[in-house]
Amino acid sequence: MIKTTAQKIYVGLIFLFLYAPILTLILLSFNASRTRAKWGGFSLKWYAALFQNREIIQALWNTLFIAFVASLAATVIGTVACIAINGMGRRKRAVVMGITNIPMLDAEIVTGISLMLLFISLGLKFGLGTILLSHITFCIPYVVLSVMPRMKQTDASVYEAALDLGASPVLAFFKVVFPDILPGVLSGCLMAFTMSLDDFIITHFTKGAGVDTLSTKIYTEVKKGIKPEMYALSTIIFVIVLLLLFLVNKSPREKSDAAIK
Amino acid sequence: MKNNKITGRLLSAPYLLWETVFILIPLGMVFYFGLTDRTGAFTLENVLAMMSAEHAKALWLSIGLSLASTLICFLLAYPLSMILAHMNVNQHSFIVLIFILPMWMNFLLRTLAWQTLLEKNGVINHILEFLHMPSLNIINTPAAIILGMVYNFLPFMVLPVYNSLVKIDPNVVNAARDLGANELQTFIKITFPLTLPGVISGITMVFVPALTTFVISKLLGGSKILLIGNVIEEEFTQAGNWHLGSGLSIVLMIFIIFNMVISAIFDKNGEGNML
Repeated sequence: MIKTTAQKIYVGLIFLFLYAPILTLILLSFNASRTRAKWGGFSLKWYAALFQNREIIQALWNTLFIAFVASLAATVIGTVACIAINGMGRRKRAVVMGITNIPMLDAEIVTGISLMLLFISLGLKFGLGTILLSHITFCIPYVVLSVMPRMKQTDASVYEAALDLGASPVLAFFKVVFPDILPGVLSGCLMAFTMSLDDFIITHFTKGAGVDTLSTKIYTEVKKGIKPEMYALSTIIFVIVLLLLFLVNKSPREKSDAAIK
Repeated sequence: MKNNKITGRLLSAPYLLWETVFILIPLGMVFYFGLTDRTGAFTLENVLAMMSAEHAKALWLSIGLSLASTLICFLLAYPLSMILAHMNVNQHSFIVLIFILPMWMNFLLRTLAWQTLLEKNGVINHILEFLHMPSLNIINTPAAIILGMVYNFLPFMVLPVYNSLVKIDPNVVNAARDLGANELQTFIKITFPLTLPGVISGITMVFVPALTTFVISKLLGGSKILLIGNVIEEEFTQAGNWHLGSGLSIVLMIFIIFNMVISAIFDKNGEGNML
């Protein structure tokens, strides 16, 4: 009994540690005072001001646009890569997987500067395009990581049976293999989206002047003081995600509960 | 059969091209810039610059802080993962979710929130004052940077360790107990060795970003504390000396490669994955 209580306190303290900054940000979004040092009373004015702030809204659109396009592109490229890697010989597969994992295991600052050097020598104009290419690059390993285990579990003979029965390779893939790997594809896509959304370091090195994501905007504001509208925006995003997760998690659980009964 | 080979090539060629252009060539360029000077002549000067007093100090500080935060993450995460694994939560994805959820609030804002919490007149000191306890003055010190690292990278330690714990067949543990091993012996001889791939993967996932961060030190360490990440970042964005920045990055990469080789040795089958 004492042991389980101690365990619960321990888990509780860790979660307090993980979520204390988030609570702080949510509270700050309702703080009437402009500085975060003191509490000036409850206010919703930053939420109203947020929608008037063109720069922040623009940065939000950039962030979402990059995350959507990069995660979709990474999902397509990563899934095709998994099919290709799955068909390779053992040695070749090890080498290709090793290279695939580099952007995930390497330091972000090294990935950032290496891509920056590439774009400079290719003479590319720094902006949304270069950010997108970089995000796709570092998102692919997360897709491969979650699709690959599913791919290994699929039975190759089922795919071959579909071919024998006259399906084209493309049709056989979408009818037989794809439904099996779909959960991995979806979780890989979500992972890629999250990583892209939260990225700062790689964007910092590959963005051009005048193009900002939320992360880079916040970074430039650090010295001047963060605009409280940012707290309001991040609170809104967090609450939306929380609600979405709640809805997604709720529906299948009810089904399984019903099945048990 | 022949047909299969051609489709295989068709599928793999674009991806291999992508890998070459966006992973291998950029890394090659870091080496090229790091090993040449402005005229393009070969030199080791940029790599050896790491030995200069100023850079060596930043490197040692980075190594010290990242080792400390990796150790703290491990000590916090292992018992936590064991408790979570024993809780018999049916939805493992729920546990994963709780740790990924904070990432949906911007990483810079979350780290900045620690300023508000840790400041002299911050939230934590108000609580401590209320409890008549001595105040905590760690903002703008290395301790605050360690706290920021532990805060940001703890999930990367918890998830692989938790996953490797959940995968252990309970029969293996029961067999050890049946054969007379006590709880501690079972842990040392059975449980811990089986989670080693997860632990090693966790160590890599925490150590590399902690060693190379420039953001956490900038936000929580004031402007005085320079980590090696800060030095490299400034060479690229302010000083504009790409050769020196690349040279210093090569030294960092040696640490990273060493780390990756160790994790590859211990984790051959990718068992220590985060997901």
